[in-house]
Amino acid sequence: MTTRTTCPYCGVGCGVLATPGAPVKGDTAHPANRGRLCSKGTALGETLNHPNRLLFPEVDGKRASWDAALDAMAEGFRTALNEHGPDGVALYVSGQLLTEDYYAANKFAKGFLGTANIDSNSRLCMASAVAGHRRAFGEDLVPGIYDDLEQADLLVLLGSNTAWCHPVLFQRIQAARAAGKRIVVIDPRRTATCEGADLHLALRPGSDVALYLGLLAHLHSAGFPVPEAALEPARGLDVPALTGLSAQALATFYAWFAATPRTVTLFSQGANQSSAGADKANAIINAHVAHGSLGLPGGGPFSVTGQPNAMGGREVGALANMLAGHLEWDRPGEFEALRDYWQAPRLAPRAGLKAVDLFNAAAEGRIGALWVMATNPAVSMPAGDTVRQALKCVPMLAVSDCVADSDTLALARIRLPALGWGEKDGTVTNSERVMSRQRRFLPAPGEARQDWWIVSQVAARLGWGRHFAWKNPAAIFREHAALTGLARPANRVFDISGLADLTDAEYDAMEPTRWPVARRGELGGRLAPAARFVPTAFRAPVNAPGGDLPFILNTGRLRDQWHTMTRTGQVPRLMAHVPEPFLAMHPADAVAPDGALVRVEGSHGQAVLRLRHDAGQRQGEVFAPMHWTEAFAQGARINSAVNPAVDPVSGQPELKHSPVAVEPFPIRWQGFVLARRQLSLHAAWQAVVPLEGGVWRHELAGGDAPAQRFAALRDACALPDAAWVVLEDAAGGHFRAAALKDGRLLAVVFIAPDHLLPPREWLAGLFAETAIGSAARRTILAGAPASGPAPSPTICVCNGVSRATIEAAIEGGCCSVAAVGETTHAGTGCGSCRPEIASLIAVARQPEPA
Amino acid sequence: MRIVVIGAGPAGTRAAVLAAERVPGASVTLLGAEPALPYDRVALSRLLAGEVETADLITHSLQALTARGIAFRPGTRVVSIDRAARLLRTARGEVIVYDRLILALGSSAVRLPVPGGNLPGVVCFRDMADVRQMMQAAREFGRAVVIGGGLLGLEAAAGLAHRGMRVTVVHGTAWPMNRQIDAFAGGLLGGRMERRGIRFVMPAATMAIEGTERATGVRLADGRVLPAELVVMAVGIRPNTALAADCGLDVGQGIRTDAALRSSDPAIQAIGECAEVEGVCVGLVAPALEQAEAAIHALAGDLARWAPRPDSAALKISGTAVWSAGEIDAADTETLTLLDEQEDCYRRLSLRDGRLVGAVLYGDTADAGFYMDLIKRRADVGAQRQLLAFGQAYLKDAA
Repeated sequence: MTTRTTCPYCGVGCGVLATPGAPVKGDTAHPANRGRLCSKGTALGETLNHPNRLLFPEVDGKRASWDAALDAMAEGFRTALNEHGPDGVALYVSGQLLTEDYYAANKFAKGFLGTANIDSNSRLCMASAVAGHRRAFGEDLVPGIYDDLEQADLLVLLGSNTAWCHPVLFQRIQAARAAGKRIVVIDPRRTATCEGADLHLALRPGSDVALYLGLLAHLHSAGFPVPEAALEPARGLDVPALTGLSAQALATFYAWFAATPRTVTLFSQGANQSSAGADKANAIINAHVAHGSLGLPGGGPFSVTGQPNAMGGREVGALANMLAGHLEWDRPGEFEALRDYWQAPRLAPRAGLKAVDLFNAAAEGRIGALWVMATNPAVSMPAGDTVRQALKCVPMLAVSDCVADSDTLALARIRLPALGWGEKDGTVTNSERVMSRQRRFLPAPGEARQDWWIVSQVAARLGWGRHFAWKNPAAIFREHAALTGLARPANRVFDISGLADLTDAEYDAMEPTRWPVARRGELGGRLAPAARFVPTAFRAPVNAPGGDLPFILNTGRLRDQWHTMTRTGQVPRLMAHVPEPFLAMHPADAVAPDGALVRVEGSHGQAVLRLRHDAGQRQGEVFAPMHWTEAFAQGARINSAVNPAVDPVSGQPELKHSPVAVEPFPIRWQGFVLARRQLSLHAAWQAVVPLEGGVWRHELAGGDAPAQRFAALRDACALPDAAWVVLEDAAGGHFRAAALKDGRLLAVVFIAPDHLLPPREWLAGLFAETAIGSAARRTILAGAPASGPAPSPTICVCNGVSRATIEAAIEGGCCSVAAVGETTHAGTGCGSCRPEIASLIAVARQPEPA
Repeated sequence: MRIVVIGAGPAGTRAAVLAAERVPGASVTLLGAEPALPYDRVALSRLLAGEVETADLITHSLQALTARGIAFRPGTRVVSIDRAARLLRTARGEVIVYDRLILALGSSAVRLPVPGGNLPGVVCFRDMADVRQMMQAAREFGRAVVIGGGLLGLEAAAGLAHRGMRVTVVHGTAWPMNRQIDAFAGGLLGGRMERRGIRFVMPAATMAIEGTERATGVRLADGRVLPAELVVMAVGIRPNTALAADCGLDVGQGIRTDAALRSSDPAIQAIGECAEVEGVCVGLVAPALEQAEAAIHALAGDLARWAPRPDSAALKISGTAVWSAGEIDAADTETLTLLDEQEDCYRRLSLRDGRLVGAVLYGDTADAGFYMDLIKRRADVGAQRQLLAFGQAYLKDAA
């Protein structure tokens, strides 16, 4: 039985075909992906047997009935409302929620708790783009559709590692790349997206506004009409100095842009996660408006979202500064219309606290009750340690989630088991305004329930049951759709009231549908909204590097991980791409050898990461992936070191620009333990990775005595029946041991004085062997076979092809990605690794730098 | 030139063969005290263990020696040397004249000076006759005590156990082969031998051999008496120097020589276990053979020097491979160990300044030659330190 549903990962919103027990496939009928999938999507089937599901409600650390847990929730809200009023209660929700869940949460908060203190992790994602859209178009509109990315003659990828973060879009772009089509990447880092680009502008971080002001001035001088007010900030601006780009590179980019009517600027977190994020959005929109490409096929500004349903959250207004259905407080009649529609006299009269402000208020004791849904702010918010403290200050912290081991859940008083992907029903909206059904194909595990049901039950206990008496998600969708047809004294594009009378069966069968759908049977398409020029002056990032914090920290995603890894972190072949948290740093800046551990320290906290020398970094700038949590890596949460500066308009944190110090992490030993189960080990630094075949990799480092640690780690393996092979070199600081029984490897423990340890891949592979012979036992501790190619990391996750194999193929004469694929099968699965293969080919072609 | 070699052990025989080959116009005479043809003394343990027959030990047949022009005279014990006249006398009263004399007198097993030490049933483990006596006792009696848990003692114990005796090894330190292997390897070795039925009493000192007509037991310092009808003393060897001392050669622990193996009389060289070459006495066959070669090269007029090199020692017990070389437990060395509990395999490597200076291999000695070579070459292995214990297959560059 195959179910058509939608991928729960990024904002591309790919259609997938799910069959229990079989790999997930791409849906060829879905307009977003037309059958394509990325590495994460193809591995979705492997995430379904999650070992750490939250299955039962818990209150104060004890299992509770749903009744008891919901009573406790209601009591917590009641108490907080009594003590603090509506401003003292809050919800922090997620772009992982389905639109129906989102709608219910927003209605509960704004309509009945009477607070607009409901913000979403979308605040960290595209709040700046939303602010830019609202300022330019009067409404949060993404004008373009994905076809525009294929049709553009010039595609500018700004602040987007599209190849890794939106791989299916990148595949579509590459597949449609005709002769003469140009790609420009604007990113301080050289990313996988840069492979094959015609121009990479490695600009100074945060200088995008200056770059686009320069573009606006160029367009003006080339004869495109630009109003004086918009041009004013560009006058006298030293764009080369501000951006760090050569006049020649700028001239090339500007000339290409001016000469190419069908130009798209696709922008993402590199633009949004900035204290000038809203201005960046408007600077981009301004250029396209002047250029005349807004609304053209293959033209215009294009914001792509990080999350699967960021757009849906915006539609229902589940952000602190929005009302439902794109209604606005400051537009006449809209507040009243919503109040009446919901019959909610307490409807929040004004905007609430945005995420950073919300947790600050919690830290100050101003929040009596906080309900976190389907997100992990302990890991994702900037100044993470401060946020953890803030969460501890909330008397009633409730968290509803599908996993039991998120860092945030660990701090909660009330834990509510929510349904996960494949278990719940509803809709999501992707970056091109296509609403797709997520459909259930799995039974609910334990006592888990869908979020909207939990909201309705809490609401009922607070006396508002009749306002939340939906019998299914279709009923919520109809209410939401009808709402979008309300009170429209001003023109508003977002209107799906044409879907307000869908029957349950029609809802169940709903095909991917792009809004607006103002009347039944209509289909939305490319938009050409009237746009205002919003003058944007260049502002530098809030916190400049210097003094004790000389480096600029940038954060971002990896190809094979999703957010805080609660799902992808369970899939060994996804972990194989990058198994450990790292910090990329230009070799000229490097404070330690490649592979050593370094401490990254910001103004609010620190993290310890593995150093990677990366010539793709600009000097003075470092990069760390955002994904690692306390559950996967103790002391390696980069968000602790990220500064909490925000954009004054959008409230989005400046996650891509934090001044930090980087220094060697003092240790006496480093090591790893591979075992057949996850062990509870306590070292100064630790990262845990599941590997293929049920093996767990534990990376460790510490400042204690290595010999004693070695003994303790062997004890911690708790293998009384095993026979050990042991190498001890006390003077050299090398300790290695392997435990075997009946020819099977049960555990290995390796300790060295530094990071120079054998690759883990070969050792991990030995766990699959069932008859390790008497001579081979000992050589396990060599960490490598005596002959043959050295083990190396996996590049192609789908076909399990290692870097060494690909490099050997290149060495053997394969000089294209296709040729490597024919020889090794690398890149012939989902294709997400093809930019990296291209990069390896490029490296092999270049002579080694002196 | 008349070259006479006294001693038909491995060093003496090698010297005679080389002299016949290398020294033009030489007439070589080889005198053996035992009545046998030159045989492989090192293989006596295997004879005792029943792995070889007596005939298998013979290294040179009479025809082979004769064909090389060597006059071999077995059963010929030399009683005195007249250096002035350059002649020597045998126990049978013969006189043999020499131009160059090579002393390859070997050593004698030490017999403990304890009461009862000369009783019938008390033997050393040195030559063919000792082995015959032990084999005879094994046929007639059930219990044996071997005093001394060194290489020879363990080989004797294993051989006797193989021949059906219940064997106890009395050893002066806490683990066997303490001169060649470290305490951990010693513990493994003791354990393995105990599993084969050999008992160890250690550390323990022997006070007396009990018995009147013949040995009946061994009395220890703590008063315990270990009943035994056969007592094997394997407590060390002493260089045979009496003949040299009697004729006025310079004798210390052994017969003193320079690096060309020349004694205080330029016409006389000393090699093997009887020699003390620039202060060094050797007790193993490999350096003794090297000395024989150096001595003949020097005699032939070549520039030849023997310099002590790291020794290696291997225990010759079937199924119990133990090998060691170089420095085992010097305080200023760094130690790497590799242990496989289940396979009962162990390696201990000693390093100084990034160079291998000693190795103990227990259970699997396949890499012995590789490590010996590293020790001899003083190769710098610092960069490959983590792989050193895994042997030649992993250190192709160092080989």
